[in-house]
Amino acid sequence: MSKIKVVHYINQFFAGIGGEEKAHVEPELREGVVGPGMALNAGFKGEAEIVATVICGDSYFNENLEEAQKTILEMIKSQEPDLFIAGPAFNAGRYGVACGTITAAVQDELGIPALTGMYEENPGVDMFRKEIYIAATRDSAAGMRQAVQVMVPLALKLVNNEEIGSPEEEGYHPKGIRKNFFTEQRGSARAVDMLLKKLKGEEFVTEFPMPDFDRVEPAAALKDLSKAKIAIVTSGGIVPKGNPDHIESSSASKYGEYDISGFDNLTAETHETAHGGYDPVYANLDADRVIPVDVLRQYEKEGKIGELHRYFYTTVGNGTAVASSKAFSEEIGQKLIDDGVDAVILTST
Amino acid sequence: MHLELGNIFIKDVQFAEKTHVKDGVLYVNKEELEALIREDDHITDVSIDLARPGESVRITPVKDVIEPRVKVEGEGDIFPGVIGKVNQVGSGRTHVLKGAAVVTTGRIVGFQEGIIDMTGPGAEYTPFSKLNNVVITMDVKEEILQHAHEEILRLAGLKAALYLGEAAKEVEPDEVKSYETLPLLKSVEKYPDLPKVAYVQMLQSQGLLHDTYVYGVDAKKTLSTFMYPTEIMDGAIISGNCVSACDKNTTYHHLNNPVVADLFEKHGKELNFVGVIITNENVYLADKVRSSDWASKLAEYLGVDGVIISQEGFGNPDTDLIMNCVKIEDKGIKTVIITDEYAGRDGASQSLADADAKADAVVTGGNANEVIELPPMDKVIGDVSVANVIAGGFDGSLREDGSIVVELQAITGATNELGFNKMSAKGF
Repeated sequence: MSKIKVVHYINQFFAGIGGEEKAHVEPELREGVVGPGMALNAGFKGEAEIVATVICGDSYFNENLEEAQKTILEMIKSQEPDLFIAGPAFNAGRYGVACGTITAAVQDELGIPALTGMYEENPGVDMFRKEIYIAATRDSAAGMRQAVQVMVPLALKLVNNEEIGSPEEEGYHPKGIRKNFFTEQRGSARAVDMLLKKLKGEEFVTEFPMPDFDRVEPAAALKDLSKAKIAIVTSGGIVPKGNPDHIESSSASKYGEYDISGFDNLTAETHETAHGGYDPVYANLDADRVIPVDVLRQYEKEGKIGELHRYFYTTVGNGTAVASSKAFSEEIGQKLIDDGVDAVILTST
Repeated sequence: MHLELGNIFIKDVQFAEKTHVKDGVLYVNKEELEALIREDDHITDVSIDLARPGESVRITPVKDVIEPRVKVEGEGDIFPGVIGKVNQVGSGRTHVLKGAAVVTTGRIVGFQEGIIDMTGPGAEYTPFSKLNNVVITMDVKEEILQHAHEEILRLAGLKAALYLGEAAKEVEPDEVKSYETLPLLKSVEKYPDLPKVAYVQMLQSQGLLHDTYVYGVDAKKTLSTFMYPTEIMDGAIISGNCVSACDKNTTYHHLNNPVVADLFEKHGKELNFVGVIITNENVYLADKVRSSDWASKLAEYLGVDGVIISQEGFGNPDTDLIMNCVKIEDKGIKTVIITDEYAGRDGASQSLADADAKADAVVTGGNANEVIELPPMDKVIGDVSVANVIAGGFDGSLREDGSIVVELQAITGATNELGFNKMSAKGF
């Protein structure tokens, strides 16, 4: 088999051009190995070889993002590499962002296996960890040897399309992807063992580290309800009878937008719930229990509120991934803003 | 309280003229069992099938799975307060048809029932593919509403399990296991040097297909309380829920609660298992606050050093789970929680609906959103057309060739939060 062709990306500093004073240099393609590429090449032990190195100043890259990215991608493409490696950027922030951006672009746009490396506090880690493999390195170039030890085997696995082990096994920053696997012991026995360790003060490993929660501050109260346009958004799964858009009973992949301008009251004949996670009997008898259209209409007539928005937005919260909910809410939010809605009543179940 | 469980290992199930057990085979008189089910005149149709491990059989929509047991010595009946008299259970001797089960199916009640495949990739995820199942497909009169529909099927399943359990009464068990829990003070006196551990079992109690019954009482109407673990082995807790079937406890799970079994395994050796606190998972915030207050108060009052908390369900009950965990930790009692995850089909989303840094010891039953392809089976018991609407299914789940693409949450018991299975999840 011929050698795996690698293109390497580094900044002006690692190319030996200069420090901050040279950070404005434009992208440049050089044949062969430059700077830290030598250590990587040595690590490949002949299995792969860096055929070209792209160099770009960190300031230039970050200040001319689009242009720089386009030029660099063309340079990389011209070499027809099998593999792309950026950095490692250690704890250099702008360099980390550049490495992450280019690695993601090479992977997604050129479809070439790509890898970079960074120290855990490099801002590039949080920006790109979900999209690309980022080897965990030390905070300075003194950690180059360790970086090579992690990056070379990981890069070879990527290019050979081999299965990538866990972050602990392979030494990359966790991408935040949860995957199922089968263990030796059943869950209850694992729980008993974990409790015994915890009771003895011994070290134990949780199977699910608690996430940082995204808490949302409620918006300020409206000053004058009588002029407010109010919309209803629900995760309680209320849909027109028959669930015309087939919103799933759990793990919803979509939301619905339905016109309620013709309704003063929702009934068992007109609406129902698609939700599979709560007792649906009472919602099916009277969907106003989940989205209070009847009361809001009355308030509208009495002048307590300005107007009930023509559409309500609905999905099923049951078992639905937070990422999906977030995507729905961004779209729904934009529509509500475009329609001049002042406030939203959010109901869950 | 002391209970002996006499396990009779069942390797096969067959129809026969007389219901009995011989040489590890459970023989079932189909007509007699059918007549028993038909005693309830709300039930219009009954059919009984057998489904054995490795057979190309799919059962759906599954409502409950029940292990046949019978009281041989001691007070009370199996499933006290539901089918049997309400008297206290958990002592004496109980015989078990280990390896056999009753599975109930039939027209869908909600969106929530599950799938059991007896072979293929789906079988790996459900413990019930390893059992010799007597599957009862039932339908009820059309005018019967959902709550009554659920109850009729639930009781029919329990009745069938008791009927089969009777066959174990006179059979010499292959193995006898003994479980004993002393009154608290005596237990502490007996094992002064062992850490005292209780099990906090959270019971799903959110309404239709989300209910659990304790000695016949709807768990949503209970205050958190204390039980001897052996009471559970005699059917003191039964399942009325199968919503998102992956992480709901069937009656089989309750009877064979693995946390109870594994705590007993280390009891008197590495820990002192003093008993079980049961607490519900109601929908209202006030109920959640009250129940978690009571659960933590009981843990404190018992003076335990640590607890294992098992959840049932996901989303809304994540709040109950975290409340229980935090309040018990705040009493200075160490906790381990057992849950499962809804991290999205790609595994990239946040897994729980609530979280707290104090929940630092977590066992997970896996990501229920993970998608699986279930190949067609030669035989379907029940009604496979519901695959598109059950929790975990989606438009197009059921393909023309009979294969099904669903999330694991549609598979009965796949991500069980009693820790019944060997599945877990890790971060990549």
